[in-house]
Amino acid sequence: MRVSKPTMTWRTIPLTKHRTWAYFLPYGLWLALFVIAPVALIIYQSFFDLGHQVTLNNYRTYFHSATYLKMTANSAWYAFLITLFTGLISYPTAYFIHQLKHRQFWLLLVILPTWINILLKAYAFIGIFSQAGLANQFLTFIGVGPQQILFTNASFIFVATYIQIPFMILPIYNALDDLNPAFINASRDLGASSWQTFRHVIFPLTLPGIKAGVQAVFIPSLSLFMLTRLIGGNKVITLGTAIEEHFLTTMNWGMGSTIGVVLIVAMIVVMLLTGDQKVKGGTPR
Amino acid sequence: MKRLISILIGLLTVCGLLGYAAHRLQASSGSTGPRVLNLYNWGDYLDPQLLTKFQRETGYHVNVETFDSNEAMYTKIKQGGTHYDLAIPSEYMVAKMKRAHLLKPLDHSRLTGLQNYDRQFLNQSFDRGNHYSLPYFWGTLGIIYNDRVIRPGTIRHWNDLWSTAYRDQIMLIDSARDIMGMALVSQGKSMNTTDPATLKAAERKLTRLAPNVKATVADEIKMYMIQNEAPLAVDWSGEAAEMLANNSHLHYVVPSEGSNLWIDNFVIPKTAQHDQAIYAFLNFMTRPENAAQNAEYVGYATPNRVAKTLLPRRVRDDQQFYPNTTTLRHLQVYRDLSPTQVQRYNDLYLEFKMHP
Repeated sequence: MRVSKPTMTWRTIPLTKHRTWAYFLPYGLWLALFVIAPVALIIYQSFFDLGHQVTLNNYRTYFHSATYLKMTANSAWYAFLITLFTGLISYPTAYFIHQLKHRQFWLLLVILPTWINILLKAYAFIGIFSQAGLANQFLTFIGVGPQQILFTNASFIFVATYIQIPFMILPIYNALDDLNPAFINASRDLGASSWQTFRHVIFPLTLPGIKAGVQAVFIPSLSLFMLTRLIGGNKVITLGTAIEEHFLTTMNWGMGSTIGVVLIVAMIVVMLLTGDQKVKGGTPR
Repeated sequence: MKRLISILIGLLTVCGLLGYAAHRLQASSGSTGPRVLNLYNWGDYLDPQLLTKFQRETGYHVNVETFDSNEAMYTKIKQGGTHYDLAIPSEYMVAKMKRAHLLKPLDHSRLTGLQNYDRQFLNQSFDRGNHYSLPYFWGTLGIIYNDRVIRPGTIRHWNDLWSTAYRDQIMLIDSARDIMGMALVSQGKSMNTTDPATLKAAERKLTRLAPNVKATVADEIKMYMIQNEAPLAVDWSGEAAEMLANNSHLHYVVPSEGSNLWIDNFVIPKTAQHDQAIYAFLNFMTRPENAAQNAEYVGYATPNRVAKTLLPRRVRDDQQFYPNTTTLRHLQVYRDLSPTQVQRYNDLYLEFKMHP
C-alpha cells in the first residue's frame, strides 16, 4: 500500500496544484517563521561578541576552552545515559502494552504525566527525595537509614529518565502497531522460537520506532537545565545551564547562540546517525 | 471530518470566550486609563494592603506586574512596548539603565519624604545625588545555619565555611557575582575587583570549597533550609528572613569582615505616563508608617530611618538584619561592571561549578 503512494500523489498534483499550494501555505509560513527564522537568528547572533562586533571568537572560545569541551562531553554522556535507561524501560513497556487488552487505556496512562508541567513534576520529586521525603522514610523503615538522594547524579538521571519515558514509549508502540502480525505468524510457522522471532523479525522491524524515540529523548536531554538545578543541585552542568547563564545573567547572547549552534549541529549528527534507513532500503516498505 | 470540525468550532468558541473575558478583566482593571499606576516589581515584594490603602487615599489604581531577575526586567523595558511607571531594580541595574538612557530623572521638589531616609543609603556610587533612584529596601549576603547541627557562634566568618567539618553540607545561591564576591571578601579583596589574577585566585579558593557544597540552587534554598535539608546556606538577607520565620532553628550571620550591601530602588522608566500617580505613590511609600508596615510584611531592611524607629524592637534591634555599624562599614555595594568583566566573573564561576 505504501509503495503505491508516491505514484498516486504524482498523478494528482497537476489537477489540484493550486489547492496543494494553498494547503502548503500555513505549513510553509510556520516553517519560515518558527523554524527557519529562529535558527537563522541563532546562527547570526553567534557571530557577534559583547561589543556587537562581527567575530569568530565565540567559536574559537568554545573549542579552545577546557570548560566548554568538558561540559559538552558531560552533556553528551548524561544524555546518552538518560537515553539508554529510557530505552531499556520503554521497549519492554511498549511491548507489553501492545499485548494488553485495553491498550489505548494503558497508553493514555503513559501519556498522562506529560500533561503535567515539568516543574511540578520536578518539585514532586524534591518532596520524594528530600531528607524527610518518602524515599528516605522507606529506607529508614527497611533499616537502611536515610541517604542523600537529592543532588546526586543518580537522582538526576532517574528523574530525567522518568520525564522522557513517554516520548520513547510512543514511537516504539506505534512501530509495534504498524508491524504486520502476518510476519510474526510466518516466523512462527517457519519454526522460529519466540526469541528468534523477536531477534530477527520484531526488533528489526521496530527499529525505526526506537530511532525516533532516541531522537526525541537524546536531543532534549543534551540541553536540560531546570532539572540539573532542581534535582542535580548544579552538580551536573550541561550545555543548557551555560546557555541559560549566557542569555540571562551575562547577556552574552553571542556565546549563548554559539552553544545553541553546537547543539543544532549535534542534533543533525544524531538525526543522520539514527535516521536515513529508507534510502538504503533495509526495511520492507 | 464532521466531528473534527465540530471539535474545532468548540475549541475556537472556548478560546474566543476566554479571550473576551480576559479583555473585560483587563478593561476593568484599566491599564491605560488616567487614574492608574503601572508598577513593575519583584514577586511578593510589597504589602498588598498598602495598595488598597493607596487606592482608597488617592483614587489611583495600581497595576502590578512582576519580574524575577534584574536582567529580565531590563530586557523587557529596553525592548519597549511597555508602560511601566515605576520599576524596582537593584543598584547595579540602576547604573546600567541610566547608561542605556532608560530612566527619567526624579524631580526632588515633588518628593516629600526624602528627609526620612538614612543618609547611608543615599548618594551611592550607582546614582550620585539620587537623580534617578530612590531606595526601597536594602539587605546583605550572609550565612544561614541550623542550630540543630551547627553550634551557634561557630560560624562568624566566610572562611569558616571552608572547614572540613562541613563536607557536603552547604547550599549556595546560584549567583556568580555573590559567590565569587564571597570568595573575594574571604581573601580580603574587593567584591568589585577586575584584576584577572585576583579573580583567578578567588576561583581557585572556591574550588577548594567544592567538597563542602551540597548544591548550588536558587529560590529553592528557602524550602530546603526550612525542611532541614542542609545545615548551612549562603543566601540574601530577605530570603533568610523568610527562612527564619518558618524554622526557629535557623539563624542568619553577616560576616563582620564584609559582605555585599544591596539596595533595591524605585526608578521611573522613560515610558512612564502617569506623572501625578508616580509622585503620589513615591510619597505614600516613603511615609514612615507605610514604609514600616511594608518592611514588616516583606522582611527586608528599610532604608527609611523614621520608619525603622516605628518597627517593633525585636525587629529593629535584630543584628541579623540590621547589622551593627562596624559590619555595616565593611559592606560593599556592587559596582556595575562592563560586560567583559561580568563575563569573566561568570566564566570563572562556571568553572567552579563544573568542578566535581
